[in-house]
Amino acid sequence: MTRADVAAAILWTGATLYAIFGGADFGAGFWDLVAGDARKGARPRALIQRSLTPVWEANHVWLIFILVVLWTAFPDAFGAVMSTLYVPLTLAAFGIVLRGAGFAFRKSFRSLQAQRALGATFALSSVLTPFFMGTVVGAIAAGNVPPGGGDAFSSWLAPLPLLVGAMFVASGAYLAAVFLVGDAARGGDADLEGYFVRRALAAAVVAGAFAVAGVFALHSEARYVFDRLLNQGLPLVVLSGICGIGVLASLLRGWRRPLRPLAAGAVAAVIWGWGVAQFPYLLPTSLKISQSAAPPDTLASVIVVFLVAAVVILPALGLLYWLSQRELVGE
Amino acid sequence: MTNLLAARELMAFTLAFHIVLACIGVALPAIILTANYLGLKRGDRDAMRLAKRWSKAMAVTFAVGAVTGTVLSFEFGLLWPRFMERFGDAFGIAFAVEGIFFFLEAIFLAIYIYGWKRLGGWAHFWSGVPMVITGIGGAFSVVTANSWMNQPQGFVLDAAGKVVETEPLKVLFNPAWGYEVPHMILAAYMVAGFLVASVYAVGMLRGRRDRLHRLGLLIPLTIALIATPIQLFVGDTAARSVADHQPAKFAGMECIQETGTDQTEYIGGICTSDGVKGAIGIPGLDSFLVGWSTDTEVTGLEQISPDDRPPANTLLHLSFDAMVGIGTALLALGVWLAIVWWRRRDIPRTPWFLRAVAVSGVAAILALWFGWIVTEVGRQPWIVQGYMRTSEAVTDAQGIWFVFAAVILLYAALGSGAILVLRTLSRRWREEGDEVAEAEVPYAPREVGT
Repeated sequence: MTRADVAAAILWTGATLYAIFGGADFGAGFWDLVAGDARKGARPRALIQRSLTPVWEANHVWLIFILVVLWTAFPDAFGAVMSTLYVPLTLAAFGIVLRGAGFAFRKSFRSLQAQRALGATFALSSVLTPFFMGTVVGAIAAGNVPPGGGDAFSSWLAPLPLLVGAMFVASGAYLAAVFLVGDAARGGDADLEGYFVRRALAAAVVAGAFAVAGVFALHSEARYVFDRLLNQGLPLVVLSGICGIGVLASLLRGWRRPLRPLAAGAVAAVIWGWGVAQFPYLLPTSLKISQSAAPPDTLASVIVVFLVAAVVILPALGLLYWLSQRELVGE
Repeated sequence: MTNLLAARELMAFTLAFHIVLACIGVALPAIILTANYLGLKRGDRDAMRLAKRWSKAMAVTFAVGAVTGTVLSFEFGLLWPRFMERFGDAFGIAFAVEGIFFFLEAIFLAIYIYGWKRLGGWAHFWSGVPMVITGIGGAFSVVTANSWMNQPQGFVLDAAGKVVETEPLKVLFNPAWGYEVPHMILAAYMVAGFLVASVYAVGMLRGRRDRLHRLGLLIPLTIALIATPIQLFVGDTAARSVADHQPAKFAGMECIQETGTDQTEYIGGICTSDGVKGAIGIPGLDSFLVGWSTDTEVTGLEQISPDDRPPANTLLHLSFDAMVGIGTALLALGVWLAIVWWRRRDIPRTPWFLRAVAVSGVAAILALWFGWIVTEVGRQPWIVQGYMRTSEAVTDAQGIWFVFAAVILLYAALGSGAILVLRTLSRRWREEGDEVAEAEVPYAPREVGT
């Protein structure tokens, strides 16, 4: 394994963590959006608010991590992505601002109108942001982002990118519902637990359906990725399926402990499956990891930074999650 | 050309917005922890209330800072893809380091802000200390990336101009970091300190002369006033280094047209190729400030090829003067307070003192912006001094002016939303007491939710 491959693995690790934790935060916004009017939605929204408040900013930092690793370790790929997909990326950036501001400001207002407006801002941008991020990933997988830049519109306004966008929204909603089942169970709220169990089941089915449709779209738009996904990537696809079935079984049988690891595993396996499927390309099939890689000392610093992060940040992040799961932090 | 201008204006606008929040994020933790420490150590309930209130305010500013900072990371690529392609592998190293600091800051900030109720007093205090360290570390990494753009080193280019080798430590510890980084960290402490103090000065001017307001004024003001004289010293060192390493920027700042000794220091005025109009000139002082002797030779703009001269000479010059002027005025404010405090352990009685503190926050922000105008406009036409022009770095993407207009609207809403939230919190604390306001985490509106 070369340094460039290690750096690519680090990039994928960041993407996995962002997809799980950041994805669940976006998904929570989705459930906030569809929670109904102020009366009906009050309890689920309160749970969402409590769960997200202490952790969303830390979870968001994985996105910064991805951007920084990409531009430092693979500057050519970063330039190509940014100069091709500037439309969905700009929209995603707007969405990030609106989501964060809507969420942070909402709880400070008491009037129904202000809460509704800010809540809607938060919730709607929580759906649009991952959608546009998904189109970016889909456009890359489809091979529509050549080095030097591709078409600003046809690159992502195609079936595969749009489908991946939808899949991002659905998998975020799925993760969020599963996580919220756990939070509701811990709070001893059986009603709310059932509420999110039903939503987790529905989201699992929808996300699974998008994934299957995605495989068909891969077949027609990203043949290289498709072929490798069903060969080298097959074990991961199977693993994702097993985790998904495990989640469904746990939801239906009332098992709570394995829920989160299984749901996270299902998403992580897909992301690594995608990574394996497009290996050794960073931008299939025009830019290889090795071609785009930064000089060796830069790659070494990225690796060192990652190791330091693993030693320092993961325990700190663990502490934050531990405190927030035990409700030692909260408002 | 129009793309270049649009991209530069958009970058400048979003940076100017974010940097105020970045300053608060870097320096407010230390101010909060000072109050928290006093509260714990002396059982001072007012200090404790201040620490708690400020941490709630920081939750708001940090959220806005986090999202506006994300916008900037997108903009690096969206606006300057050619720059990132060519130099991301060198320039990015500092940001990789920054990632660690920012991550840790976000984590401990969450633990501190949301740990008031259930963590023990000192455990809670110590959970906040990493914020101070990571704030300084984060400021170091981001600003050293900028100082690398001003004095790049630590890379080897091939014939095509592509970076083929890097020396990460040389990138991080480039020649400009030693003055840019402390200059910015001190600026952050000044901005945050004067800003918080100015809020309490306004309160006191409105007749709220209780102990809480006094402490709320004195804690941040003292911290900012300690930073101010050090800042003037660091700034002075910075200017001399710029004169040595970036003569074009220095000539622009000081409006020097012709190389020579015995250069006049101009204060104010308009820069023209025939010299400075309408300025107060102090003969020989500029040379003296650069090299401690009026015989010091200072490079003038005529010696710089017209293609390499910074644009907007007058803007540069006036920004520099305004920054130094505001810094000096803030120093005078500190001297005033120090003398009166030494004589009778109290703040000056005249309302003019409170009025001065009340405007000091905005003044510090203006000085911050003027300083960055000098750094950034003064580096033009280069994005990486001597290696890449800003015009070569810019994107071909269409519609930047349109995005810029949308960003102005979005940030106007964001800024006014943040100020409205902070004012709402402050009013509630005043009218309903800290506990009521704090206990309330309304999501569902009262009339229907409960």
